[in-house]
Amino acid sequence: MFESFDATILARIQFAFTVSFHIIFPAFSIGLASYLAVLEGLHLWTKKPVYIELFDFWKTIFALAFGMGVVSGIVMSYQFGTNWSVFSDKAGPVIGPLMGYEVLSAFFLEAGFLGVMLFGRKRVGPGLHFFATLMVAFGTLMSATWILSVNSWMHTPAGFAMNDVGQFVPTDWWAVIFNPSFPYRFTHMVLAAYLTTALVVGSVGAYHLLRRTAPLRAGTMFSMATGMIAVVAPLQIAAGDAHGLNTLEHQPVKVMAMEGHFDSHPDGAPLILFGIPNQAEKRVDYAIEVPKLSSLILKHDLNAPLNGLDTVPDELEPPVEIVFFSFRVMVALGFAMLGLGLWSLYCRFKGTLYSSDWLHRFAVVMGPAGFVAVLAGWITTEVGRQPYTVYGHLMTAQSISPISAPAVASSLIAFIIVYFLVFGAGTFYILRLMGRLPRDPHGHLGQGPIRTAGITPAPGLPDSPGGAHHHSGHGGAHHGA
Amino acid sequence: MALDLPFIWAALIAFAVLAYVVLDGFDLGIGILFPFFREKRDRDVMMNSVAPVWDGNETWLVLGGGGLLAVFPLAYATILPALYAPIIAMLLALIFRGVAFEYRWRTKKAERLWDWAFAGGSSVAALMQGIALGALVQGIDVQNRAYAGGWWDWLTPFSLLTGLALLVGYALLGATWLVMRTTGELAERARHYALLAAIATIAAMGAVSLWTPFLKPDYLDRWFRYPTALYTVLVPLMVIGCFLVIVNGLQNKHDTRPFLAALGLFVIAYIGIGISFYPYIVPTSVTIWEAAGPDESLLFLLIGAAVLIPAILAYTAYAYWVFRGKIDPEEGYH
Ligand code: HDD
Ligand code: HEM
Ligand code: HEM
Repeated sequence: MFESFDATILARIQFAFTVSFHIIFPAFSIGLASYLAVLEGLHLWTKKPVYIELFDFWKTIFALAFGMGVVSGIVMSYQFGTNWSVFSDKAGPVIGPLMGYEVLSAFFLEAGFLGVMLFGRKRVGPGLHFFATLMVAFGTLMSATWILSVNSWMHTPAGFAMNDVGQFVPTDWWAVIFNPSFPYRFTHMVLAAYLTTALVVGSVGAYHLLRRTAPLRAGTMFSMATGMIAVVAPLQIAAGDAHGLNTLEHQPVKVMAMEGHFDSHPDGAPLILFGIPNQAEKRVDYAIEVPKLSSLILKHDLNAPLNGLDTVPDELEPPVEIVFFSFRVMVALGFAMLGLGLWSLYCRFKGTLYSSDWLHRFAVVMGPAGFVAVLAGWITTEVGRQPYTVYGHLMTAQSISPISAPAVASSLIAFIIVYFLVFGAGTFYILRLMGRLPRDPHGHLGQGPIRTAGITPAPGLPDSPGGAHHHSGHGGAHHGA
Repeated sequence: MALDLPFIWAALIAFAVLAYVVLDGFDLGIGILFPFFREKRDRDVMMNSVAPVWDGNETWLVLGGGGLLAVFPLAYATILPALYAPIIAMLLALIFRGVAFEYRWRTKKAERLWDWAFAGGSSVAALMQGIALGALVQGIDVQNRAYAGGWWDWLTPFSLLTGLALLVGYALLGATWLVMRTTGELAERARHYALLAAIATIAAMGAVSLWTPFLKPDYLDRWFRYPTALYTVLVPLMVIGCFLVIVNGLQNKHDTRPFLAALGLFVIAYIGIGISFYPYIVPTSVTIWEAAGPDESLLFLLIGAAVLIPAILAYTAYAYWVFRGKIDPEEGYH
């Protein structure tokens, strides 16, 4: 299947494939861990059973997603050595300690408290259990901090010197960790994770509101999720804009590719809304453009000059088509999310948040939008960095292990088969769990959550026969399907 | 600087790998024993006995790998390409056994399938780790800071033997863990398998120990020279001692002792491997000082490790404490 490829391109496909699968799970589990902490905190505070019921519902889903994140992450941490050994040898002294800190301060914390969070509520009591949930949530954020610092350093390296065997040697750890693109990338990615989770939760809530079986539970999560989207979507657009300005400063070539600017524009560059980049001919076919808008966005001045790819040697250009399209997918989805947030606000003020079927249908459709935007964003970022692994210092072609193409090809095929099988099954189980929201306890059917919010069912009431489950003890998250 | 940072880090990474081997060893062992327990009830209990802790156990593997990249980048960059196939196979196997912990409870139809994924994944992971260890002991050829051997160098009769040795060793850890954590008929059967696994483990240890000194003159020399020869003399005594504790514990129902003695066997074997390796990190091509990154990197991470590793040990111990004692088979179901 891959005979005509060399080892480098195969290793790149393998990295892109495995990391793209991996990032799907963190994008969801970072947000979900925080959501679980909020639900449990609300339950401790208000004592309303609906919060702990939602906690139990999402906890089971979290366990599945987290498990998939762990196993796909372990692959990542070994892949640097198997496929990118030259990169590892050279960049290891800088990025290795950061990843070491990730293991010590994040992975152990998550793993150590995960067991208590999933299985230990009866054994440790509510207070300590809440603490365990908080630690898991905190761990996922720590993990994001360190790995994004590593990744950002590869985009905007700082605080290092080279030694005589060609290794990057840290000279200033502060500059390494807080390298120029890190604050932007971190903000943008954490917001992305929260948005992704809110979209999923909102979509599940909307789906069950449409089915009208558990309006209290479905309505509660829908309200929480759409509120979150309404706040975070505009923040994300602002963060993305700031991120782009930072990139213009440090990786201008990437921005040229994102914008599709093959030519320099000395007196104001147009914003190309859509078109088909033609890298061979160095132009964008069928371009629909708004004059001077790009200069306005990037330089806050209609007539500011912007350089194009004509100022860059061909062999240092990234693949323009991919960057151009993936960037547009992300931005378009970002505005669609903003639309969902605004619409939900409108309905909230009109009092139709729980009854507007069209809003609910739109929310269901937007469920996967976060994942798509996250992947599109990463593709923009990573492909736009080409042909470097450490931007400006180490070429991708020089980072590869001395491995033979057949070895990489066989492992790539094995990864593809196993990932689709295993993560396909996992996704199926998650979707099935999402589809089974237990009915609200009797007496609440058909009533909107707003009116019923004050009335709380007696604690410990058994659920109706829909396959409900409750407060689990040791091993208790494990119920037969 | 007065501190020998590479040496300290070699010790820390050795500790992380040992922690991984004994901790993930017993939960991989549970998977290896899965085919011998066919009752669904038994399997539920077996899996529940490790479900709260397996993720933490596996994290030591990430620390071993990540630590290597951070402080011995040259070792990371030469060992992993040299062991390409077994490492990839191990990673894939760990995927199957890791997801089985969750998937198994999410389906009735495919439960058997994920039981097999758990058993197969655990067994293949154990085998591959043992093979990788054997291949390391045989030595790895490094030239110009890169692996210079062939793609199948790792596959030899010796590495297959170490693969099997680790497989039965993990089965022993798993069986003694079950003896400690379960009751009734399940525990009875675990006692039976623990005894068999103990015999097999000691036979395998003997075979590997007899073979190792003859792989490389360095090893032979090391084992029969003062002061390491003292350890050579002590090893058989300590192994027999551990074996007796296991047998005695199994017969007299001292349910914790067999597990502790099995851990003892692993520690003894591990120190033996350490004696063969030292001062190499990539035997017999690269020493720990040659592989080490710059002191700035080593020191920076050491500061964090000095604070965080004790904290990790504390909350990990707490997590084990929360789930201590014999498992109540009823607690898991509703
Ligand atoms: C923005 C966040 C983010 C990004 C960009 C990455 N990860 Fe990740 N990773 C996480 C956020 C995360 C997480 C949320 O912390 C996970 C998900 C499930 C988990 O256990 O932790 C995780 C798990 C996880 C694990 C398993 C940890 C365990 O055993 O508990 C490893 C080894 C890695 N990751 C390694 C990587 C590498 C080498 C990456 C670079 C390509 C990477 N991750 C990208
Ligand atoms: C997690 C989300 C990520 C995604 C979806 C992603 C995506 C990609 C893609 C698509 C490529 C291939 C680019 C190409 O060859 O044209 C790539 C390459 C690469 N990325 Fe990422 N990336 C992610 C995160 C990271 C992180 C966090 C790191 C560093 C720790 C990283 C390091 C690399 C390396 C080393 C390569 C291979 C060399 C290269 O082609 O640049 N990536 N990634
Ligand atoms: C519409 C507004 C948005 C703008 C203007 C925007 C802008 C950007 C830019 C310029 C980059 C590339 C940064 C670089 O590598 O130099 C980027 C990356 C990224 N975007 Fe967006 N983005 C937007 C919306 C979104 C949304 C809605 C999501 C996900 C929910 C998202 C997720 C990501 C991710 C995961 C990355 C890669 C990581 C990073 O570099 O931060 N973005 N974005």
